[in-house]
Amino acid sequence: MDHTVVLRNVSKIYRQNSLAVTALTDINLDIPKKDFACLSGPSGSGKSTLLNLIGGLDKPSTGEITVDGQRVDQLSKSELAQLRLRRIGFVFQAYNLIPVLTARENIEFVMQLQGVPATERSDKAMEIIKEVGLDGLENRRPGELSGGQQQRVAVARAIVSEPSLVLADEPTANLDSKTAQALMELLVHMNTEHNVTFIFSTHDKLVMDFSRRLIKLHDGRIVEDVRRE
Amino acid sequence: MRSERMTSLLWTLAWRNLWRHTRRTLMILFAFALGVWSMIVIAAITRGSMEQQLDKAILNLTGHIQIHVAGFRDDPVIEHQYTLSPAAETALSGKEVTAWARRVRAPGVIASERESAGITLVGIEPEQERGLSFIATAVTEGRYLDSPDDQGLLLGRKLAERLETGLGRRVVLMSQDANNKVGDRGFRVVGIFDTQPRQMEEAYVFIGRRTAQKMLKLDDTINEVAVMTGNRDRLEPLLVGLRAAAPAYDIEPWTVIEPLLVLTQKITDAILFIWYAIVFAAMSFGLINTLLMAVFERTREFGLFQSLGMPPRFILGQVLVESLILLALALALGNLAAWATIAPLMGGIDLTSVAEGMELIGVAPVIYPAWSINDLVAANLLVFVLGLTASLYPAWRASRHVPVEALTRI
Repeated sequence: MDHTVVLRNVSKIYRQNSLAVTALTDINLDIPKKDFACLSGPSGSGKSTLLNLIGGLDKPSTGEITVDGQRVDQLSKSELAQLRLRRIGFVFQAYNLIPVLTARENIEFVMQLQGVPATERSDKAMEIIKEVGLDGLENRRPGELSGGQQQRVAVARAIVSEPSLVLADEPTANLDSKTAQALMELLVHMNTEHNVTFIFSTHDKLVMDFSRRLIKLHDGRIVEDVRRE
Repeated sequence: MRSERMTSLLWTLAWRNLWRHTRRTLMILFAFALGVWSMIVIAAITRGSMEQQLDKAILNLTGHIQIHVAGFRDDPVIEHQYTLSPAAETALSGKEVTAWARRVRAPGVIASERESAGITLVGIEPEQERGLSFIATAVTEGRYLDSPDDQGLLLGRKLAERLETGLGRRVVLMSQDANNKVGDRGFRVVGIFDTQPRQMEEAYVFIGRRTAQKMLKLDDTINEVAVMTGNRDRLEPLLVGLRAAAPAYDIEPWTVIEPLLVLTQKITDAILFIWYAIVFAAMSFGLINTLLMAVFERTREFGLFQSLGMPPRFILGQVLVESLILLALALALGNLAAWATIAPLMGGIDLTSVAEGMELIGVAPVIYPAWSINDLVAANLLVFVLGLTASLYPAWRASRHVPVEALTRI
C-alpha cells in the first residue's frame, strides 16, 4: 500500500535547562494515501507534537519521519519550507489567517508562494471559496469574519493548492457544534473529491465520529489504532 | 516570474503591515522626516555660509591662482619682482580664465597729518581687477581708480577713521624701493572703500600699478599676478598649462595660498558629518525599536508564514521591505520639507541685527543657503543605506524563529 506518512521509532524529548520532558516515545505509524485519520487523547498526550513533527515544524529527538517519500527529519530549513509549500496543508485551532490580507488573498497566499500565475490563482481561489460556502465574503479581512468563516478560509487555504496531506490541529475547537459539523462535512468532501490525506488532532467526539481511523495517544505512546469503515 | 510574484506579495504584506499601527508608523515616519529635514537644511545653511566665506576670501585679493617668483610667499619683499613672460600671458588667454591682473605689492607705512599705520601697498590695474577682487565694487565714497597711472589713492574706511583723514585729503606712503632706499610719495585720497571683514579696510591701500612701480623704482616689474577662473574646484588643467609655460615661477592655487580656507572647508564637512551621525544615531534607535516591536508582535505570523512554506529569506525580505518603504517615505517627506524651508530663504537669511557678532565668527550678515548635490546625496544615502542596515537585525530575528515555537507564542 502507498503511504503518505511513515513514522519509525519516533521520540521527542523537550529539554529545558536540566529538565527533560518526554512528549513522544517510540512512535511507529503508517498513514496511507487518502486516509482520514484522527489523533485523540488527553491534553499532553502528544497529539500536537506528533502533528508538528509530521509537518516538519519541529524535529524529532530520534527516529525517522517520511512524508511523500521524503525524510522530513533530515531536511534543511529551506527544504522543509519547500515540502510544506508543495505537499502539506495546515489547519490550526486558532485559524491563523493573515490579518492584513482578505479571505481571497489568504487563500491565494500559498499559491502565490508557489508562483502560480495571477489569473489561475484567482480562478482557483474563487472556485474553492464557492466550495466552502464563502461566496460574497472573499474581500473581507479575517477580522470581519466569524470564527466558522475564518476556519473555512483556513481550510480553503490548506487545500487549494492540492497538497497530498493536510494536518489539522483541533480544527473544531473554537467552533459551535453546527459550524463544526459543516466543517467536517466539508473536509470529508475534500478527502473524497480531492483525494487529500487528512490527519487531525482532536478532543472533539464529532471529529472522531467523522474519522475512518482513530489513533489514541496516552503519555506520548500510541495505545490504540482502530480503523473504521 | 515567480520572483516577481513573490516581490509583489512582499510589497503588499509590507505596505499593509506598516499601516496596521497607523499612529506608530506616522510617528516614526515624521521623526525620520524631521531628521532628514534637519540634515538637509543645516547642510544648506552651513554650506551656504562656508561658500560665502570662501568666495569672499577669494575676492579678498587671493583669486583662484597666484603667480609669483619663488620665495615671495615666504618673504613678500620688493626684491621678489618679475616680468610676466609672453608664454605665461598666452597661457592666461585661455577661455577658462575669466580675469587676471598684474599687481605690485609691498609692505609700507601710510601717514596722515595726525597718525600713521603699517599697511600693504597694492598697485593695481583697475579695469583688470573687476571680477577678480573686491576693490572694484567696494568704493562707497569718492571714485574708483581710472587707470594704472592714476595718481589717486583708495583708503579703507576703518583706516581713514584711524588716520583721521578722509576723501580729498592728502596722505603720504612710504616703502622700501627696489634700490633699498625709502621711497615716499604724497597721494590724495580719491576713494574710500568698505568691505568685510573690516580688517581688510585697515590692512590694504590701493594705488595705480604704474604709479606704484614709479614710486618703488620697479620699471615694469611686478610681484604678483592673480587669476580668476570659471570654477575654483577645477584648476588643475590650467595650473599644468601655466607651469609648463612658465616653469620658473611659483604658480599655486588658492588651496595652497590660503590653507586656512581648505581647513574651513574640511571643518565644515566634519561638522556636517558629525551632525549627520548624531541625527542618524537618534533615528536608527527609533527605527530598530519600531521594527523590533513589529517583529515581536508578529512572531506567530512569521511562524505561520514558515509553516505555510515561506522561505526564511522572504521573511527577512518582508521586514526589510517594510523598512525600505518607511525610509523612502521619510526621505521623500524630509526632502520636500527641506525644499519648502530652503527655497524661500534662497534670497538670503538676514542676520544684520547681529552682524557684528556674526563678523567676529567670520560669518556674513546675510547668509545665502546653498544646495549641494553632494550633501543631498550624502544625507539621503546615509539614511537609506544605514537605515536598511539597522533593519537587518530585526529582520534577521524575524527569519530565525522555529515555526512551532513561533506559532505557540502568545
